[in-house]
Amino acid sequence: MELTQEQQDKLDGKYGATMARVMQTLVRYGELFGAKRMVPVTGKYGHLVTSFGLGVISPVYEIMDELIASGIVSKQKFSIDPKPLDPDIPVSPLQDLVFRKFMYNKQDAYEEQLRKVGWMNDDAATCTCYFDEVGNKPEKGDILSWAESSAVVYANSVLGARCNRNSGIIELFGSVAGCVPEFGFLTDEGRKATWRVEVRTTEKPNAQLLGSAVGMKVMEEVPYIFGLDRFLGTELNDEACSYLKDFGAATASNGAVGLYHVDHLTPEAAEQGEALIRPDAKTYVIDDAELKRVEESYPVMWKNKDAAPKLCFIGCPHLTLTQLKQWTQDIHEELQRNGRSRVTVKTVFTTPPAVLKEFQRTEEYAMAREMGIIVSYICPLMYMNNPLCSSMPVITNSNKLRTYSTARFYQDDAILRIITGGDASAIPMQEKFMKAGSDAVKAAGKAVEAGKKAADRMKEQAEDAGRKDGGDDA
Amino acid sequence: MMRKFQGRVVIPGTVSARALVSHGGFNTLASLQKSLMFGTKDTICGDQNNPDLYKKKLNGQALCLPRTIGSTTGGMVLYTAAKMGRTPACMLFSEPIDSLAAAGALLTDIWSDAKMPTVDSLGSDFLDYVKTGMMIRIEENGVVVVEEAGR
Repeated sequence: MELTQEQQDKLDGKYGATMARVMQTLVRYGELFGAKRMVPVTGKYGHLVTSFGLGVISPVYEIMDELIASGIVSKQKFSIDPKPLDPDIPVSPLQDLVFRKFMYNKQDAYEEQLRKVGWMNDDAATCTCYFDEVGNKPEKGDILSWAESSAVVYANSVLGARCNRNSGIIELFGSVAGCVPEFGFLTDEGRKATWRVEVRTTEKPNAQLLGSAVGMKVMEEVPYIFGLDRFLGTELNDEACSYLKDFGAATASNGAVGLYHVDHLTPEAAEQGEALIRPDAKTYVIDDAELKRVEESYPVMWKNKDAAPKLCFIGCPHLTLTQLKQWTQDIHEELQRNGRSRVTVKTVFTTPPAVLKEFQRTEEYAMAREMGIIVSYICPLMYMNNPLCSSMPVITNSNKLRTYSTARFYQDDAILRIITGGDASAIPMQEKFMKAGSDAVKAAGKAVEAGKKAADRMKEQAEDAGRKDGGDDA
Repeated sequence: MMRKFQGRVVIPGTVSARALVSHGGFNTLASLQKSLMFGTKDTICGDQNNPDLYKKKLNGQALCLPRTIGSTTGGMVLYTAAKMGRTPACMLFSEPIDSLAAAGALLTDIWSDAKMPTVDSLGSDFLDYVKTGMMIRIEENGVVVVEEAGR
């Protein structure tokens, strides 16, 4: 590989033994993929996928210690993925013990290491670091050293930045060395599409479901998508970007997509059009029947497949401010329609800390709290990654969370009905019976309660009348 | 019966071990996380979506696979397993290695004392031929020798 003098000096140990090993790792990594040179990381900020202080990954902390001891800090400040713990998320005493004393017992120490190496600030902890409120939004053409798959696919596809699907630690090394090997998505040729995906659905497809279908078909290849501009338009506005965020996360987790193009919408497709598609590209047609087939193929990982859901996560990847407001309004309307005031399944919205602060200033935040919704900056995946939580019947509208945990996927409208106790057509038959039974018991309980209160009132009235009579007598 | 396959050396080294074959992508995080987290004596595959490997012992085996899949923490997880002495004896890829597995193999080689020889690009014939339990021998030049069990 052709190296600049500075890169060669780093490799040769002139910047210390630790930097030499960092450089050796990056150079050998690039050589495996045919990189001819290392190119400077030009994005203003990095982003690390490893945000969790799991006791078991002590080898990672050893590397961090070695970097710190060698005086190596990142060339760029970085954000990190969401934190695994949030005191606002209710946990049982056993869960609390397991989380804090057993699983994430290195969280505080690891966060201290991150600060020393270059963490932007304590609030810069989200998988959606590219939101305006967070401030780590790369420019078109920026070279990045990131690893979080949903952020990489967004940065490449929607922002037009250039980043490979790196592993954790490798992305830190790129930020530390200030350079990355040039291959894959960093090259024009690596950004060409090898799949033509034609969306022919009758309505706007669910972003998470469409992304899942595309990901499972094309795996790590690059799709060029036709037909989405019918629903999203040709402008990358807030609605389109939110949709593409959720779509991309599903392509990256259900497959291994690191870059997609949407005809007439994403920056490179808008500029180059079908010239981005390789002549030998394969074709995948997605219609209503194909989406139905994909959704019905998902295995249900719950031990009791007919269990009633106990928890609902909305926000993987993290929600935008607009999405938070929209979900709140939708749930409010649905609860009103059902004659209820609070959600019937414990529901958690997840969003970056900076967006959470903005949301707290809106009227929708108070509405959400009144409806019993928890708003958190937690990572639902990390919450679910333990036997205590993985055995719980959790539902989600996230195809990423479904893929990496035992959570069960439902589309948005079904989630809305389930958590508001409304029309349960989306709920499996046995759950409906359980719910009907549960509602009947609750109704009977309310009737008994009302009867008791009425009897008490009558008794009080009778006693009052007696006292009054007696008093008069006195 | 014996067959030789020529691949590309990713991490040099020689080793002999029994084959453990995954015909689907190997999800590094899903496969290793439970064993690593609970410190079990052997690394037992915890990926319910991999019928070839689920509940099978991974450490000390010659893991034969097309590629790795799943979370981009994969390379870090593999490296962590290596530092704990819990990785397969070697990794043998039928396809060119993916970026996450490459990261794990390189971090193991450069940042730990563990040895996990790795060969990629062995071709689809390799994965069609090799069966779990067959004896595998890796030679220095990327040649992988597969012998039927018991020979």
